[in-house]
Amino acid sequence: MSWIDIGHIDDVPLRGARMVKTPVGCIAIFRTAEAEVFAAANSCPHKGGPLSDGIVHGRKVTCPLHNWVFSLETGEAQGADEGRIATYPIRLEEGRLMLDAMAVGKRSAA
Amino acid sequence: MTRKLIVIGAGMASGRMLEHLFDQGGDWDVTLFNAEPRGNYNRLMLSPVLSGEKTYEDIVTHDVAWYAERGVTCRFGEKVAEIDRASRRVMTEAGEVLEYDKLVIATGSNPFIIPLPGQDLDGVIAYRDLEDTNRMIALGEQQAAKAVVIGGGLLGLEAAAGLHARGVDVTVVHLMGHLMERQLDEAAGYLLRKELVGRGIKVLCSTNSKQILGENGHVTGLELDNGTVLPCDLLVMAVGIRPNVALGQQAGLAVGKGIHVDDQMVTSDEHILSVGECVEHNGAIFGLVAPLYEQAKVAAATLSGKPARFVQKEVSTKLKVTGCDLFSAGDFAEGEDREDIVFRDPARGVYKRLVLKDNRLIGAVMYGDTADGSWFFGLIKDGESVAEMRDTLIFGPAFQGGASGDPLAAVAALPDDAEICGCNGVCKGQITQAIKDGAGSLADIKATTKASASCGTCTGLVEQVMAATLGDDFVLPAAQSVCGCTDLTHEDVRRLIKAQELKSQPAVWQELGWTTPNGCHVCRPAVNYYLLADWPLEYQDDLQSRFVNERNHANIQKDGTFSVMPRMWGGITTPDELRAIADAADKYKVPTVKVTGGQRIDLLGVKKEDLPAIWYDLNQAGMVSGHAYSKGLRTVKTCVGSDHCRFGTQDSTGLGIKLEQKLWGSWTPHKVKLGVSGCPRNCAEATCKDVGIVCVDSGYQVGVAGAAGMDVKETERLVDVKTEEEAIEWTAAFVQLYREHAKYLDRPYKWVAKVGLDWVKERLSDDAERAALNERFEISQSVYRKDPWADHAERRADQYQPLADITLEAAE
Repeated sequence: MSWIDIGHIDDVPLRGARMVKTPVGCIAIFRTAEAEVFAAANSCPHKGGPLSDGIVHGRKVTCPLHNWVFSLETGEAQGADEGRIATYPIRLEEGRLMLDAMAVGKRSAA
Repeated sequence: MTRKLIVIGAGMASGRMLEHLFDQGGDWDVTLFNAEPRGNYNRLMLSPVLSGEKTYEDIVTHDVAWYAERGVTCRFGEKVAEIDRASRRVMTEAGEVLEYDKLVIATGSNPFIIPLPGQDLDGVIAYRDLEDTNRMIALGEQQAAKAVVIGGGLLGLEAAAGLHARGVDVTVVHLMGHLMERQLDEAAGYLLRKELVGRGIKVLCSTNSKQILGENGHVTGLELDNGTVLPCDLLVMAVGIRPNVALGQQAGLAVGKGIHVDDQMVTSDEHILSVGECVEHNGAIFGLVAPLYEQAKVAAATLSGKPARFVQKEVSTKLKVTGCDLFSAGDFAEGEDREDIVFRDPARGVYKRLVLKDNRLIGAVMYGDTADGSWFFGLIKDGESVAEMRDTLIFGPAFQGGASGDPLAAVAALPDDAEICGCNGVCKGQITQAIKDGAGSLADIKATTKASASCGTCTGLVEQVMAATLGDDFVLPAAQSVCGCTDLTHEDVRRLIKAQELKSQPAVWQELGWTTPNGCHVCRPAVNYYLLADWPLEYQDDLQSRFVNERNHANIQKDGTFSVMPRMWGGITTPDELRAIADAADKYKVPTVKVTGGQRIDLLGVKKEDLPAIWYDLNQAGMVSGHAYSKGLRTVKTCVGSDHCRFGTQDSTGLGIKLEQKLWGSWTPHKVKLGVSGCPRNCAEATCKDVGIVCVDSGYQVGVAGAAGMDVKETERLVDVKTEEEAIEWTAAFVQLYREHAKYLDRPYKWVAKVGLDWVKERLSDDAERAALNERFEISQSVYRKDPWADHAERRADQYQPLADITLEAAE
């Protein structure tokens, strides 16, 4: 497995998110705690809302357009809504955020 | 066998002791000396005598007949000069000698007179007995009489209030920083001072006296350290008391601050007892009546040969000034091992503070609402753990039970005179009576008793009273909690944030028992708002608890792009601004440019990445955010008014601009839109705004609580004012009241419907309260009246860009 350094955890606000452009589309990086991050598709399956602009709470995010809530651990929509967002492996190494190159559509890491 | 008892001093302690003594039987031949030419009267009631609420006759405890029936030899107006312990005899000032088997010294205390130059002038008095009281009453009969009271403690303030009630111009001079510093903390002292000053009593704190001025032997004024002279016809020194130990000392008894007594009230001589303000017990001396009565009981038992022990207990204080509602008990000094629970309602002038140590209540200070004082006092005396009711302790017995216990049982246990609705002063008994008379719903109760018809915070309590009274006939409506993270309602959360002084979101989650680690998209924006509204200086606005539009200072559109709308003050723009808007629309390829209903121009379809740049460009042209995305001040819509319109009565545009410049940037529970029309033709459609002002020839009609959204509703008239300044002052006060009280996401019309326009009017008609609301609004605006666009363009521009773009590298 090869990992791509996409930035420092402090570039992502606590209980907030940032967006990363990748070959498989825009991926949102969520920081749910001081040293806990998740990566998932940025686009809500409902109407395409940018999830990186949603409110992050617990290990969940709420879509800013129509309040769909997704688990960042499983990608599953919560409650009555049905749908799923893709989740991606992400690692935290001494504060650096590392995305799995294969998973985000990069054949070889630089 | 009849025993001879001599009692020196006919005050409240010895009077009570004699009552107990006679109740216990026993054969006593009692001789009672008193330096004052009268028997026992209720000294505590001198203040009502001074203020004219009672007469001396009303406060006599033991009259001539009482003494006669019990065979007491009264030697009133006579002083005992000497005690000869060896021969068990006393000698009067006139030289008469009497024998005793037992002697009780109850000589009380002497007022402490500050050794100022001029202290012996005529007209310098203490506040101790009926003579002093009569001097003050006599002063009230003079024209334009002036008095100075030195001492802002319990007695001094009662003297000042009484003199004021008698029509005397009174100034209180107090050495310490706040009034009644022994009984009250600073906050309660402040409220008390405000109340007294409001009545017309002048109060000077942190003020030292230099000398008393006089002419022909009579006082004429007091000179302060800073050289100021306060002219007066009477100077009352009420700075404290000293135990009167002279006789004890002369007799060679053990004397410290007071005459030493043991637990049985016996002095160092087994035949001599002592009670009252002259004694010292375990290092303490006493000035309040409760422990004195306890001493009296013990002394009577000791004399009767029965076992009894005096144990010092906590005492509570209430100021006997009509209309000043304050209460203090126990120990309320600050300390590292102590915790405070504080509740403040500045609008009602209510302050409550509880001091806890090891989860036990050790002190309480209350001002403005002292209904629960005796309950708190009970808890202090019990000294038991209050851990279980800690969260709701400050709300008093009515609120105990909480989530775990049964709130209905607590409400059912309340006495009939327990106050349920603080705004309208409605007691439980009035509500249960209304129910007996047929009221079956909350609306009925509101209509018949006004309970919960004002601020509405007691609605839950009223419903519980109804449930407890009606039983199964009443279905308690389920309280709407904020969200799934808590069972508390918005009202609960707002109240507890204030009461427990919760100043951060983690504090709210922790202290109010949130069931989720950090809330959800529903409660986070609400709590964030409550915190920044209540603690504008302490709390830091949390962008991550903001809905996307408020976080990004732009409105998200269905395709994920944003709209950008610069502010146009009062709907006025310039060719330069229009050119800058047009240039920005070109530069950022804005697909849609729209003129809005709020009299400004919206640029729709801006990419998130471009936001900081377009803001920067608009800033360069002098424009700032229009907050078209915020729960805050949106627009102030105006017509051209008297500047151009042939019908305009006032400068509606100018007023609109001033209002917008005052209010912009403020956060509110929901969006706030204003309108100002220059005449009743109302071209600015002001009468369906949250605040709508219609100019008329005579001034300005300020209406509030209009709506033109999901509901359509005409504004209701708040007030008519003459000047622009007043219109602005009332508007800001209304907005601040809304900011402080409304539930998050209630528009003003919804909030006003809940609290009632009458309540809003009542609050805002009070000049002092309106000024205070304006002041608090300005404090908040000192933080928030800033352009967020400029701030984000300068400091946070990178947050609007992707964290990384790894699509490009793929092409290498």
